[in-house]
Amino acid sequence: MSDTELMDNSYGGLLDADVDHRYAYGTGFADPLAGVDPTVPDDVERGALSAACLALGDDALVLSHRLQQWVTRAPELEEETALANVALDLLGQARLLLTRAGQADGSGHDEDWFAFRRSASDLRNVRLVERGDADFAELVARLLVFSTWRLAAFERLRACADPVLAAVCGRGVSELAYHREYAAGWVVRLGDGTETSHSRMQAALATAWPYLDELLSGDLMGVDVAALRPGVEGVLGEVLAQAGLPAPVVAADDGGGRAGRHTPALDEVLEELQSVAREHPEATW
Amino acid sequence: MSDGVSVRVSAWEAAAAVADPELPMVTVADLGILRSVEADGCAVTVTVTPTYSGCPALSAICHDLEAALHDAGYPDVRVAQNLDPPWTSDWITPAGRDKLAASGIAPPEPAVRHDGPIPLSLQGIRVSTCPHCGSSDTRETARFSGTACKSLHRCAACGEPFESIKAI
Repeated sequence: MSDTELMDNSYGGLLDADVDHRYAYGTGFADPLAGVDPTVPDDVERGALSAACLALGDDALVLSHRLQQWVTRAPELEEETALANVALDLLGQARLLLTRAGQADGSGHDEDWFAFRRSASDLRNVRLVERGDADFAELVARLLVFSTWRLAAFERLRACADPVLAAVCGRGVSELAYHREYAAGWVVRLGDGTETSHSRMQAALATAWPYLDELLSGDLMGVDVAALRPGVEGVLGEVLAQAGLPAPVVAADDGGGRAGRHTPALDEVLEELQSVAREHPEATW
Repeated sequence: MSDGVSVRVSAWEAAAAVADPELPMVTVADLGILRSVEADGCAVTVTVTPTYSGCPALSAICHDLEAALHDAGYPDVRVAQNLDPPWTSDWITPAGRDKLAASGIAPPEPAVRHDGPIPLSLQGIRVSTCPHCGSSDTRETARFSGTACKSLHRCAACGEPFESIKAI
């Protein structure tokens, strides 16, 4: 193609090739770890690896679904694309992590099995990600808490003993830094905005804060998650100070998501997420 | 080099010419996604590093690489992924940057590396040069755009909106 043609239509390159496989572009869900060595190193404890991949994969799977529920409902087009992109990043992380979980636990289950064939009590996500957002302020409050925590966890796990998990976390940190910045920007804008936006942002923080204790406990591949608390609280404090919002004083949630004890909101997510796979068990995509 | 090889497009050239499905003005080599091409007789192993975790273009890229190498006379093609180190926008070649700018997409600024935790930035402003008029009097209007790898900007000098490849 000549430069002139290229200037006329930058997308002309798509017309030259055999495009049969592009009729359903973006729907080719091949193994996301295809072409990556699946070996689990001898010094890696498989149980700990699969538990960490499930916990982090399920967190991302469920929150991605909650974010996708905002698509076509966002207040502005820019937020629509932002939320869809954040959801896509998280879904990509979930696919890689759940695939790795199936390699680590020896079951050979693929990402679809983990996403579509389990019931709520089999999922290992934190309860923070389960509920639907009542308004945009709740969305950004939760995304701030979640992405701040997850970024801190990934920064540690990128040095973990499993090369695949480490690489997924290494990739994820720059994505999560964008998610955190996006959420923080909105918390500041709403907190430091009008009287109404301030009070609604304050109320929204109170719906996310009860889950901090659950997030900041346990162990992920040898990383003591409680040790992430000072860093996480430091970032959250910085955002709240800028937003003019005091930290909510709320009772901690009971937790238990990592042990499979979930809220009814997770059933609601799974009912939608798994509806097609359950109705058509032989379907492929 | 034997005659048989000299008339055949090399495996690297065939793979490197594959256009990115979402940014078809640049090739996978321009973007730095294509890491290596190793030919052993008729068998070729192509190694790619995906950009974002959820990039929906990856399966199309792998398919296109296989098809391009089949067309170039390599029947046995394997596409491998190298996830470490992660892709960075710094791997986009100078030629790739020129092609992006010529198509109205601002190439990325150099990515900032952090040894420790990534500090929070509440500034929300990233300088980007307008690909239409070259002015640096631009502002970021959205941190995300039509694809995960781009952000949205507007130029105060010429008034045009434009996309920029995010620096990661």
